[in-house]
Amino acid sequence: MATRTSAIGTTAREEVLRGLRGHRRDVSGIVFQFLLLLTLIVALAVLLILLVNVARTAIPVLQEDGARILSSSYSSLPANAGIKNGLIGSLYLMLFVIIVAFPLGIGAAVYLEEYARDTRLTRTINANIRNLAGVPAIVYGILGLAVFVELLGGFTGPGTTQGKSLVTGGLTISIMVLPILIITTAEALRAVPRSIREGGYGVGATRWEVVRSHVLPNAAPGILTGSVLAMARALGETAPLLMVGAVQGFLATSGGFVDAFQQRFTALPTLIYVYTKKPQEEFQDLAAAAILILMVTIFLVNLTAILLRNRYERKW
Amino acid sequence: MADLSPIASRVDLTGDVRRRRRERRVHGLFSAAALLSILISIAIVFSLAGGAIEFLRRLDGLSLLFSPSGWYPRRNFFDVRAIFVGTLMVSTIAMAVAAPLGLGAALYLSEYASPRARRKLKPILETLASVPSVVMGFFALRVISPELVQTLFPTAEFFNALAAGIAVGLLVTPLVASVAEDAMHAVPHAMREASYGLGARRKATSVRVVVPAAVSGIMAAVILGISRAIGETMIVAIVAGGTAGTDVHFSPLVGTQTMTAAITSLATGSDQVRGEGPGYHSLFFVGLLLFLMTLVLNVVSERFVRAVRKAY
Repeated sequence: MATRTSAIGTTAREEVLRGLRGHRRDVSGIVFQFLLLLTLIVALAVLLILLVNVARTAIPVLQEDGARILSSSYSSLPANAGIKNGLIGSLYLMLFVIIVAFPLGIGAAVYLEEYARDTRLTRTINANIRNLAGVPAIVYGILGLAVFVELLGGFTGPGTTQGKSLVTGGLTISIMVLPILIITTAEALRAVPRSIREGGYGVGATRWEVVRSHVLPNAAPGILTGSVLAMARALGETAPLLMVGAVQGFLATSGGFVDAFQQRFTALPTLIYVYTKKPQEEFQDLAAAAILILMVTIFLVNLTAILLRNRYERKW
Repeated sequence: MADLSPIASRVDLTGDVRRRRRERRVHGLFSAAALLSILISIAIVFSLAGGAIEFLRRLDGLSLLFSPSGWYPRRNFFDVRAIFVGTLMVSTIAMAVAAPLGLGAALYLSEYASPRARRKLKPILETLASVPSVVMGFFALRVISPELVQTLFPTAEFFNALAAGIAVGLLVTPLVASVAEDAMHAVPHAMREASYGLGARRKATSVRVVVPAAVSGIMAAVILGISRAIGETMIVAIVAGGTAGTDVHFSPLVGTQTMTAAITSLATGSDQVRGEGPGYHSLFFVGLLLFLMTLVLNVVSERFVRAVRKAY
C-alpha cells in the first residue's frame, strides 16, 4: 500500500503528525508569522537607528569640544554655543517636579484610594484625572501661559521677564505630570492587600497611622517607580516649556538661588529645539550632542525605575 | 462597678483628642490634593475658552474663520480648515504607520513570542515610548526627510508633512502596541485552547479568535494613538514646515502647518503678535479645538477599554 511504503524509514510519530497536519506545509501561516515578527523588528529597529545616528554625530563632537559645550551657554555663534544653561534649567525643573508634583500627586492618590468613599464626587475626580492624563502636553503649555504668565505674571516674573520665568516653567511641567503620577501611585496603593491594612486597624491605629506605617512602606517601590517614570517624561517635554517662554533661554547665573526663580529660563529639550531649527551644520552637531546627553539621562532614569521594580516588587 | 458603665467605655474608644485632630488635618490635606485635579481641569477650560472668546470678539465677523485664504495669522487670515486639514493629514499618515506596526508587534508578542521573549521585548518597546518628541523631530529632519521621503519622492520639499507623519507614527507605535497587547493578553486561554482543539492553526486562532475577542481593546489602542498623534507638537514644529502658515491643501510632500504647530509658532519668536489684532488670541481658539478633539477621542477609547474589562 502507498501509505505503508512511504512510512518506511520514518517513525510512527512523524507519520501521525503529518496525517494530522495535512500534507502541505502551512505556508500562509509561516508568512504571517514572519510579517508579524517584521513589524516588531521595525518598531524596535527605529530606536537603534535613531541612537546610532545621533551617537555617530555626537560622540566626535563631544570628544573634540565636550568641555566647552558643557561649560558655555547659548550663543548665536556656533563656536561659542553650549548647553550649560539647558542642563541647569532642566535640573531646576526636576527640582520643581520633586517638590511640587510628588507630594501633591501622592497625596491625591492616597486620598482617592485610602480615604474617599465610592461617591459620585470620587468617581468624577477619577474620571477627570484619567482625562487629564490624555490632554496633549501643549494644552498644559497654554494653561501655563494663561495662568502663570498672564494672570500671575507680576508674581512669577515681575518686570522684563513678563512672567516667563523658571517658576512658571516649573509649575507648568509639575501640573503636566500630576495626572500620570496620581494614576501610577493609585495603582501601587491598590496592590497592597487589604489584610495589611486590617492588621493596622486591628491594633487600634487611625487611618493616617495605617497609611503611614503600613500602606505607604509597602507601596513605596511602586510609587517610586511611577515617580521616576514621571520625571523621565518631564525631562524630555518641550512643547509646554516653549509656550511659557523657554526659547533661547538666558538663565540667570548671577544673583541668588531664589532670584533665578523669577527670571527667564531654558531647558535641555528646548535648547535642542532651538539648535535643530538653525540652518548651520555646527548647530546640528550641537543638537546631536545635547540629544545624546538627554537620551542617556532619560534611559538611566528609566533603567533605575525598572531595576527598582524588579528589586522590590512583591507578589502577595 | 461604676467604671464599666457604657458611657465610660464610649469615651475610651473615641480615643485621644490629639490623634483625632491630626487625623482630620491629614484628611483635609489629602482631599485638597485630590480636589486640585478638578481645579486644574476648570483652569484649563477657562484659559482656553477665555482666550478663544477674546479671539472671536476681536475678529471682524465670523466669516473670517472660513475665508478661503488659508491660515496666516500675521496677515489676519484665519481659515481654521487649513490647519485642521494639516492635522488630519499628519495624523492619517501617522496611523498608517503606527496601526500596522503597533498591532502587528502586539499580536506577535501576545501570540507567537515565548513568555521569556515577551518579558524581555515589551520593556524595550516601552522604552521607545520614552523617546522625547523633540529627539524624534531631529531624527525626522536628519534621516526620515532626506533619506526616506526625498529618496522615494524626489519632488518632495525638505520640510514636508509626510516625514512628520512617519515620525509621529513611529513615536506612537509603542503606545498602540502596548495597549493592544494588554487587550490580546487578557483574552482567556480557554478560548485559544478551544480553537486549537477544533484543529485550527496558530494563524487562524490569532486572527479569528484572539483578534475578534480583543477587538475593543484594539480599537481603544488605535483611537488613543490618533489622539496622541493629533496632540503631537515638536516633530511637526521641526519637520513639517509651514512655519508662517498654510493653505488648505492635501499634498503630503510640501510644507504644512498643523494645529499644534500653529499654536507653538504663535506663542514663540517672530510670530508673537500681541496687541490689538486677533493673532495672538487665535492660539487659544486652536487650543480649545485641539482639547475638544482629543477629549472626545480619549473618552471613546476609555469606553472601549471598559468593554474589554467587562467581557473578561
